[in-house]
Order: sequence, then C-alpha cells, then structure tokens
Amino acid sequence: MFRDDYVPDDRPKVGVYVCHCGINIAAKVDVAQVVTFAATLPFVSVARQYKFMCSDPGQELIQNDFRAGLIDRVVVASCSPLMHEGTFRIALAGAQGNPFLFQMANIREQVSWVTEDKASATAKAQALIAAAVQRVALHTPLRRQKVAVHPDVLIVGGGIAGIHAALTLAEAGKKVYLVEREPTIGGHMAKFDKTFPTLDCSACILTPKMSAVKAHPNITLWTYAEVAGVAGFVGNFKVSIRKKPRYVKEELCVGCLDCIEACVFKKGKRRDEFNEGMSLRKPVYVPFPQATPLTAVIDPQSCLFLKTGKCKQPCLEACQRGAIDFNQQEEIRTIEVGTVIIATGYTAFDPSGLHKYGYGRYAHVYTSLEVERLLNAAGPTGGEVLLKDGRKPGVVGIIHCVGSRDAHANRYCSKVCCMYSLKLAHLIKERSGAEIYNFYIDMRTPGKGYEEFYDRLLAERVHFIRGRAAEISDWPLHPEERGKLVIRAEDTLIGTIRRIPVDMAVLSVGLTPARDADTIRRLFNINTGSDGWFLERHPKLAPVSTATEGIFLAGACQGPKDIPESVAQAGAAAAEAVSLIDKGFVELEPNTVYLDEARCSGCKTCTELCPFKAIGFDENKKTATINPALCKGCGTCSAACPSGALVQNLFTNEQIVREIGGILAYV
Amino acid sequence: MSYVYYPGCSLKSTGRAYDESLLAVCRQLDLLLPPIEDWNCCGATAYMAISELKAFALCARNFALAEKQMETGAASVDIVAPCAACYLGLNKAAHYLDDYPALRQKVTAALDAASLQYNQRVRIRHPLDLFIHDIGKEKIAAQVRRPLSGMRVACYYGCQIVRPYADFDDQQDPTSMDAIMAALGAEVVDWPLKTRCCGGALTGTVPDVGQRLSHLLLNEAQRRHCDLVVTACPLCQLNLECYQAQLNRRFDTTLHIAVAYFTQAMGVAMGVADRDLGLARLFVPWPSVRTLAPAPGPAMEGGAHVQG
Repeated sequence: MFRDDYVPDDRPKVGVYVCHCGINIAAKVDVAQVVTFAATLPFVSVARQYKFMCSDPGQELIQNDFRAGLIDRVVVASCSPLMHEGTFRIALAGAQGNPFLFQMANIREQVSWVTEDKASATAKAQALIAAAVQRVALHTPLRRQKVAVHPDVLIVGGGIAGIHAALTLAEAGKKVYLVEREPTIGGHMAKFDKTFPTLDCSACILTPKMSAVKAHPNITLWTYAEVAGVAGFVGNFKVSIRKKPRYVKEELCVGCLDCIEACVFKKGKRRDEFNEGMSLRKPVYVPFPQATPLTAVIDPQSCLFLKTGKCKQPCLEACQRGAIDFNQQEEIRTIEVGTVIIATGYTAFDPSGLHKYGYGRYAHVYTSLEVERLLNAAGPTGGEVLLKDGRKPGVVGIIHCVGSRDAHANRYCSKVCCMYSLKLAHLIKERSGAEIYNFYIDMRTPGKGYEEFYDRLLAERVHFIRGRAAEISDWPLHPEERGKLVIRAEDTLIGTIRRIPVDMAVLSVGLTPARDADTIRRLFNINTGSDGWFLERHPKLAPVSTATEGIFLAGACQGPKDIPESVAQAGAAAAEAVSLIDKGFVELEPNTVYLDEARCSGCKTCTELCPFKAIGFDENKKTATINPALCKGCGTCSAACPSGALVQNLFTNEQIVREIGGILAYV
Repeated sequence: MSYVYYPGCSLKSTGRAYDESLLAVCRQLDLLLPPIEDWNCCGATAYMAISELKAFALCARNFALAEKQMETGAASVDIVAPCAACYLGLNKAAHYLDDYPALRQKVTAALDAASLQYNQRVRIRHPLDLFIHDIGKEKIAAQVRRPLSGMRVACYYGCQIVRPYADFDDQQDPTSMDAIMAALGAEVVDWPLKTRCCGGALTGTVPDVGQRLSHLLLNEAQRRHCDLVVTACPLCQLNLECYQAQLNRRFDTTLHIAVAYFTQAMGVAMGVADRDLGLARLFVPWPSVRTLAPAPGPAMEGGAHVQG
C-alpha cells in the first residue's frame, strides 16, 4: 500500500560514502582501500570517504552528488542505524530524494569496535558494504503514513511524579486521565514527615498539589482504579480502566467520617496499609486526613456485611448523605488517549528475607518507612518516637544499604537511602534525644545541599560507623547488652569488630520495582532492565521515552529517584507528551507488510500470528486485510505465509537474498 | 538415586553415636547406605594444610572407589559424608578437580599408579541435605512415634557444612536442621549462634580460646532454656559436650545441657531403641520429660556472662 508504482531503473546508480568517524573507524579499517573496493562493485557510480559523514559537509557530499544526477540511491558505511539512519534519510529527502532509497552499513559497532586485526576489519567492512549495495539496488521509494494524535493523555500512578505530570499537562490545556490504584493519590511522599535536605514538611508541599489535581477542570481523577487493557498505537491508544467498587459514592461522600465512627467494629481490625501496618484500621476508612479524594472506602475483605451478609449496617444510617452503596460493582471504562505517562513508582524492599537483620523476629527492628510513619504527626504515635512497648529509645542504630549494593538482594545502589537515613537520624534525635549510630558502606550525598546536610549531622554528633552491619541479634555477649538488640559490624576505618547495643534498629531499605511492574510492562508493551526497572529508550538522550512510541516514564518506576528528580522527570515526560500532541500527527515507519491479493489463498495462518492484531479477513474476497497503522513490521506473518502473499517493505525476499549474496561474495 | 556412605574416621571413633544413629534412622526410612569399600582418610584440615595435592589425591581415591560401586546406568553417585570436616574436604576436592584441569591431571596420574580412575561423576551430600531434599520432612514426620513435644532444641550447624559451598541450605541462615527438628515435634529455639565457631581444633591446641568459644554457645543455649543442642558434626559435639565440667569451673557457671547428634534426635522421635542410637554414649544424658527446663518467662535472663 505504501509502494508507489515504481519501475526500478535498469541501472541503479548507487553512491557509497565511507565514514572515518574520526579514528573510531579509520584506526581499524583501511578506509582508502574500502573506497577503492566499493568503486568496483556493480551499480556503484560514486564512492567517497569523509572524516565525519554525519557532519553538514558530509551530508552535503551526498546531496550534491544526488542533485548532479550522479546517484539515485545511497549507502553510508558508518555507525549503527540507531545513531544516524534518520540523519541521512533527512539529508536525502532534503535533496528531493526518497529517504528509503538508502541503506546503512554498520562498520563501527559491528566492525572497528569489535575487531582486533586491521586486515580482517577491512575485509569485513567491504563485505558489509557489498551487501548494502546489492540490497539498496532493489529498494523502492516508500512514504510514511501520517496519523493524527489524540490530544488526551493517560497518566498511570498518582504519586508525586504522576501528580506533577498531570498538573503540568492540565495547565497546558491538555485533558488528563490520572489513574491511581490506591484509594487516594499522594504515593509514598504522603507518608513522609519531612523531606531532605531542607526538612520541608512533606504534607505541606504535597497536599496543595493533590487538591489542585482534584480541582483542575482538565484532570479526570480515578482512584482505586487500575489499567485493565491497552490497545492501539502512538497517538491512538484505547485503554480500559477497571474501577474497583469502594462501596461509597464518590460524588456524595464529603469525608465527614461519621460512617467510620458508626461501624460495628469499635476498634481497628485490619492492618493499616498507610501506617505500614503499625496500627489497625476499621473496614470502612479514609487512608489519612488529607486523602484525595477525601472519600471513605469499604474494604470487602474485612467488612462484616460484605463478608457474611450479616451486619446491622449502622454506617448506612450514620451517613446523612446516603453515600454508602453496598451494591456498587466493578466498572470498566474505556478511554481514548494519544499518549501515556507511566508513573507507577516503587515498592520498598522487604527485609524479612535477610535473616541476619531479624526483621519480623525482633519487635524493635523497624523499616525506614515504618519510622517515617512514627515520625509523622498523623502516624500511629502522633509523631513521637516510641517503641512497640511504649518506651522511648535511648540508642538507635540505622543500618544503610538494606537490600541495596548486596549480592544477596539487589546489586544496585538505591540512591535515596543515605540521605533519608540522615534525615531520620536528625528527626529521631530531635524528637527523642537518642544516641544515633549510622552503619554505612559509603556516604553518597551528591545533590544540592546534600553534602551540607551530612556535615550538619556530623556536627549534631550523630555517630557514623563505616561498615556494612553483619547482623542484629538479641544475644548479649556482655552484661550491658542484656535486653538490647546488638548490632555487629566491622568498623573499617579503625579495623575492628564493633558491637553496639541499641534499643531500636532501623533498616534503611532500598527501592525495588513496583510489585506489579511486570503487569504494567506487559500491558503497555514496554521493557524492563535486568533489575526490573522500566527501560528508557536511551539512558542519556531519551531518559523519559520508552521503546514504544507515545509511552513515557516519570519518577521511580524507571529507577531509584528522590523527589526533586521524580518531579523533574515528570515535567520532562509531560513536555514530551505536549510535543507530540501539539505536532498533531505522527509518521509511521513504512517497513510494514502489504498483501499481494492475487496470491493470498485465504488460509488465515497470518491472522492468528500477528501480535499486534493488524491482520483482519475480508469474508467477501476471502483474503487477509492489513491495517498498516497497527503493523509494526515484525515480519512474523510474511515469514509464515505459505504462498508468499505477504511482503514486507524493506524486507522483501529478493532484498534479503541479494543482501546475503553480497556478503557471501566477498568473505 | 545411587548413594554410598563415607563414614570417615570420626564416626568410627569419637563420633560412633553419629554413625550408629544415622544408619539406624536410614534403616527406618528405607534408605540404603552401603559404605565405600576400602575407604581412606579424607585428609581433613591437617593434610590440606601441609600438602594440597596429597589431600586431593586422598579424596580422589575415595571418589574412584565410589564410582566403582555406582549402580550400572546411573549418571552419578552420591557420597554421603556426615562429618562436617569430611563433607567440606571432599566437597572442596570435587570442586577443585572439576575446576582445575592441571590438578586433575596430577591426581589422575596418582590414581593411575593404584590402577584407579576418577571420572568426575560423584556428588558430595550431607545427611541434612538428603533428609530435607531427597526424603522430605513430611516423610520424616510420618515416621515419628514419640514426638519431641515440649523439648526446646537449639540447632547448631557449626562453620563447615554450609560454608563456603552452600549447596543445599542458606549460607548465612541454614534452616534444614530446624525443619527436621520441627518435623519431630520439638520446639526449635531462635538461636543466633547457630553457625558461630565452637572452637574447633583450638579446644585441643589453644584451650583458652577454644573453651571460651564453646562456653559462649552453651551459656546462651542455657540462657534460652534449651533442653538440647543438636549438631551435625563430631568435633562440635565433642567440644560442646565433653568439657562442660571444665567450663563451669573456669567460668563459674552451672552448665549441664545435653548435646546430641541430630540423627539421635530423629531416632528417638521415630521410636528406635536407645541402644541402636548410641544414647548411652552421651556424657550429659538425653533429657527425659522430668528434666525438661521450665518454660521461659517473659524476660529471658539468667546465666553468668563472660567478657568476649
């Protein structure tokens, strides 16, 4: 369908341009010899070399030869097409050539960088160029299809990254759907008391943004909801959202808490997720005072009525607005959006698998997230540092790198723990006056004002012991250790083993990919790295894009990040989305499949195979039909078609055979 | 599965109770453990320290003999080595012979002189590994006739079984013995010293240090109201059990705690006769129901403490 009626010239005129890439290629490949060789190849009318083909003068070499009629198609032998295929296609188009009458021979990544011997590097470069020439001689002009971009945006995850991206887009006049799995937005940041290094009150800086999300006319906020399915492609996604029943009508509830007061359970019954399980909540609850939306939720796992059908239901009576609705059902909404921002955050590392630290066995071993809640005025102790037995700790040990930089857990550095450990040390000391010991491997404090904060903690006489803590135990070797937890570590600065008896041990747990990251990965057809974090398209130059067009990343779902970094990335993702939306269209690569109807036998082998559902079936003609907008050019169908009716642009059988022939003729 | 048994010297001398109880328990579980015919010393730590090559050759001779006894058609033969030192020594030899062709060549030449061959078809297994992975704790639990209910047991692994070759259990926190004891109905005590050194050979060579290390373990076991310490190593058993009177004199304590092989505990729970388990060989008698320590109160205090 993209093929114009083009009859190949009997004698294609191929221009071959060999790049030195400075010394990247020239140090291993004898470029002069390669050019002499290329000039002898069939179809080649021009062969040249240049120091940097990607530079303006390099591109002009191609354009001048084309305009002069010396060539009608081009081979550039340089780097990977991932780097500069686009550059040269644009150059060709600039000279009024068709950008697809072009082929790249990768003689850098595949030759000069990986070959020791100069002679074999040169020979391999020649073979690759011969292959490219053979192939490009059969190229036909193709054109890209333009598809309009739907202006609405879906943001998945309502933590600080999702919130910031949503507000940025909404302010730019874009319509945003913000979908959050929990009953409230706010994410991890809502659980913190203070933020490092400024010690800003976390809620004070976050809740205004949460309210703004709720109030913004351009934002549709769906909490307690999850993405159920994704179809379509860049500019035209169809996403279904599963809204879980909260058994409370969101539009009627004002968050007065009367239903909670009235519940038959007079005391909390279930582990309060928001307080990291350090308190109990009732079956009907509001996660925290500034929850957004401020709407009660009824948990079907613990609500007596929803579990057994037998309850006096005093909540129904208590709610003067009649907001409680036990008949609510799960709802599926389908929306159309052009772009998606994934901001699904992280899950804190679970230290119960690290036996040596006794989490879950010793009552006074806490995770850092639990301590965040202890320190929070809205937390289980009203902001006081109190142990589970009500005592104030006299000595507190903070163990860094729990689940990070550890071959037994995760090898990577979680990046935020050094700083939040310092913050916790400061706050615990401030609230309880306790002696504090930090056990660290290295202090990593790169960031504005971070190192200064570390200095401040040193001046506050917080102790720092350089060494990974080996274990926490309740084994008293010395009388003064009785009744205490003992942290054992090698102090590598003085070269001795130390035993520090403490009342409270805090495990500074690392960040791990969100527990359902794999589901998100599959839904949106994006990739994860070996650690499980979502993979950006390029670690340096495309840090918020994914390999799937139109889907962007924001915040810690891409890797451990602190708040300022998450916000910056959210802004960048929003800008990428705006850029696509305001451009208004996307161009689809033409390496798609087309059907030779006369050859199609209607066997339907292909319709089942296509992973993108791009192949349909015409019952009248009894042939397959292709939706080129959905085709990603994977080649599965054309390889499988028993009658050779499915042909892929840029990958026809003849092109591939000639390319192979080109290589084999010269190796 | 093809097993052969490598008792090693300890199980024929100080650790006879381990040998007797292991074989009795295996009979109970229908597990055949034919000994390697004409087995020799594993080289232990002593030989390894003086001449590695000779130590490896000694081990390889055992491997070659084991392969001769391998069932026809089997891909490999499992050498069951209950002594922690034998287990480690043999395991190290098998790893080294796999990893270093130059060493293998020399050892092959040595075996050749004795008309033997080693084809790298042995696996070294500890009985704990066998019981947990090949037999399974369910099958063990099904054999229990006299559950060890009410008995507070500390599982002591020592240093050599899971380090450095953590083939079958966690290096830092082994739990296979805990699982077996729980299957027998015992109350497994949380025991942070389960892999801490018992003093090893130091008890004989530098008793001052060796005894201090054993004492730390026993004192903490007593402080946690344990009725029994179970071990999987003849040297650990010896160190922890036989010197309690001396330790009490030196540290002014009142230690009197039974230290048995985990296989003895299995045998008792399975209803095997005492004489088949070598129970009479214990210096501190097997705890009877009457002598079980009182259940610990809320504050686990008691027992003097020594300076570490």
